[in-house]
Amino acid sequence: MSGRMGTTEGSEGAFIEVDGVEKVFDVRRRKGLLRRERHQVRAVDSISFTVARGEMVGYIGPNGAGKSTTIKMLTGILTPSGGRLRVAGIDPSRERTRLAHRIGVVFGQRTTLWWDLPLIDSYKLMHRMYRIPDARYRENLARLVELLDLGDLLEVPVRQLSLGQRMRGDIAAALLHDPEVLYLDEPTIGLDVVSKTRVREFLRQVNAERATTVLLTTHDLQDIEQVCSRVMVIDHGRLVYDGALAGLHEVGEGERTLVVDLEREFPPVEVPAPARVVRVDGPRQWVAFPASEPAAGLVTRIAERYPLVDLSVREPDIEAVIAQMYAERAGRAPTQSS
Amino acid sequence: MGSARLYLAVAARGFRRYASYRAATAAGVFTNTVFGLILVYTYLALWDERPDLGGYDQAQAVTYVWLGQCLFAALALQGGGVETELMERIRTGEIAVDLYRPADLQLWWLAGDLGRAAFQLLGRGVVPFLVGGLFFPTALPTRFDTWVWFAVALLLAALVSFGIRYLVALSVFWLLDGTGVSQVMMILGVFFSGMVLPLNVFPGGFGEVARALPWAAQLQVPADVLMGETAVAGAFAFQAMWAVLLLVAGRLVQSAATRRVVVQGG
Ligand SMILES: Nc1ncnc2c1ncn2[C@@H]1O[C@H](COP(=O)(O)OP(=O)(O)OP(=O)(O)O)[C@@H](O)[C@H]1O
Ligand SMILES: [Mg+2]
Repeated sequence: MSGRMGTTEGSEGAFIEVDGVEKVFDVRRRKGLLRRERHQVRAVDSISFTVARGEMVGYIGPNGAGKSTTIKMLTGILTPSGGRLRVAGIDPSRERTRLAHRIGVVFGQRTTLWWDLPLIDSYKLMHRMYRIPDARYRENLARLVELLDLGDLLEVPVRQLSLGQRMRGDIAAALLHDPEVLYLDEPTIGLDVVSKTRVREFLRQVNAERATTVLLTTHDLQDIEQVCSRVMVIDHGRLVYDGALAGLHEVGEGERTLVVDLEREFPPVEVPAPARVVRVDGPRQWVAFPASEPAAGLVTRIAERYPLVDLSVREPDIEAVIAQMYAERAGRAPTQSS
Repeated sequence: MGSARLYLAVAARGFRRYASYRAATAAGVFTNTVFGLILVYTYLALWDERPDLGGYDQAQAVTYVWLGQCLFAALALQGGGVETELMERIRTGEIAVDLYRPADLQLWWLAGDLGRAAFQLLGRGVVPFLVGGLFFPTALPTRFDTWVWFAVALLLAALVSFGIRYLVALSVFWLLDGTGVSQVMMILGVFFSGMVLPLNVFPGGFGEVARALPWAAQLQVPADVLMGETAVAGAFAFQAMWAVLLLVAGRLVQSAATRRVVVQGG
């Protein structure tokens, strides 16, 4: 029933459609001994985006930004307070169970596996639960076991697995039924470098082979850099960036750095503002300039006036850009209402 | 049906899971046996004073005691079935994992609980029952069909028992903590199921009410079916009514819970 060429998608062929979606939590806080104060937290504040089939999208933002809340709404376990949401043409919270056959979910901090059972027994339950045809189940299991290197772990009770082993087990569990979309909420949390690399490689492979749509939240920007072609940044429940990873530099108002090697030592070179020399070390100087401007003009200008030997341009550290973006927004009025 | 195999697998897992708690099972068997002995001697003293109390003779009173000890764990008369795990999952937000699966939450937990009940009937119930049967005069039926009716009554009792505990567990979606309701459930369960005294002995309006409550469907009714003290059809109708009511209520509360209430934690 799940064919790749589903006809149920929205008009533009978007696989995931999120249109003005909000989630407001009522929070009761104790104030004094008996008095309780009610107020509302806008965890997700009018977010809109679409994801096409087969896209790999990174979803990032500081703690409490609303990432997990968005994912929960996309799986149907939370009902939006407002707006419209469709996954494969299905309204998730209305038809949670129908949608469940078509999505795979990995919450890094929770497990779908049964603690007391050997890994393979959890998979057997999934087999029944998702009604995976026997041949397909065997084939998928064999493939996942190989790709995620689970062979030695199948008979081990889940509670005895290490975090990284368990995560791989969880990822396999989420893919046994060939979901069309995979949501991953912090799938690399707590993993060592080797395991992280392996998980990322695996995700790329699944996407390449099966055109699985992937939506991934993380605090590790390398996950995004190595897996996603597109990134969405959410902060205080609002989408503040949606586009290519490279484009974040401009939005983040980041600066690039031009490193010039001159023939000998000079005082800081003269450059037009806002470019400026940020460091001098012998004949080498570092010039910061807005990431949105081409380096050519600056290079020409320096070459005209100084004996230029060598140069290189350094892209801003994406992590620094995002940190700066978060910090700037935190400085402004938060969008929490009462 | 495809999903029947799933729920059978879940029930089997419930059975195996409780079977793996060996020490707890041994301790439970011991407790139920000792408790049975205490109750039996208490009842014998009581029935000496008041023969025919509640319509039971001494052998029936003794049978009732051992039946209670036999079913105590299986029917989770004071709680302690799968609902403890369910409450914990709701409290911590792990329930999210159960909700994005294509399985029915209520059937899933019901299947697990029936698996648990089956194990506890065998693992914890049989020994106290045998002790009672071997060392005390009891009033067990000799007709085979009575045993069949008794088995049906037990199955219905298990459904009623689950129905109550499932509702209690779902309350954690709103209360966020199940300690209070669990305690209330435990006290009500022990008393109104007839673990302390058969509900037959209570006179007047109070007795009427006690015998009409769903807890009566768990121990009192199966005991009366076993000892031929009630019309089987009426007994089944009473149990089935409560089972249906509670399970339907469970479904309604479940959809309200998952629709309006929030899954905890990031
Ligand atoms: N069950 C809840 N009840 C009340 N408020 C909640 C609830 N769940 C989340 N929130 C609030 O909603 C906001 C967004 O939370 P969410 O878990 O979506 O953040 P996140 O982006 O996943 O953060 P993190 O990176 O820390 O995982 C936070 O302010 C949080 O306090
Ligand atoms: Mg989160």
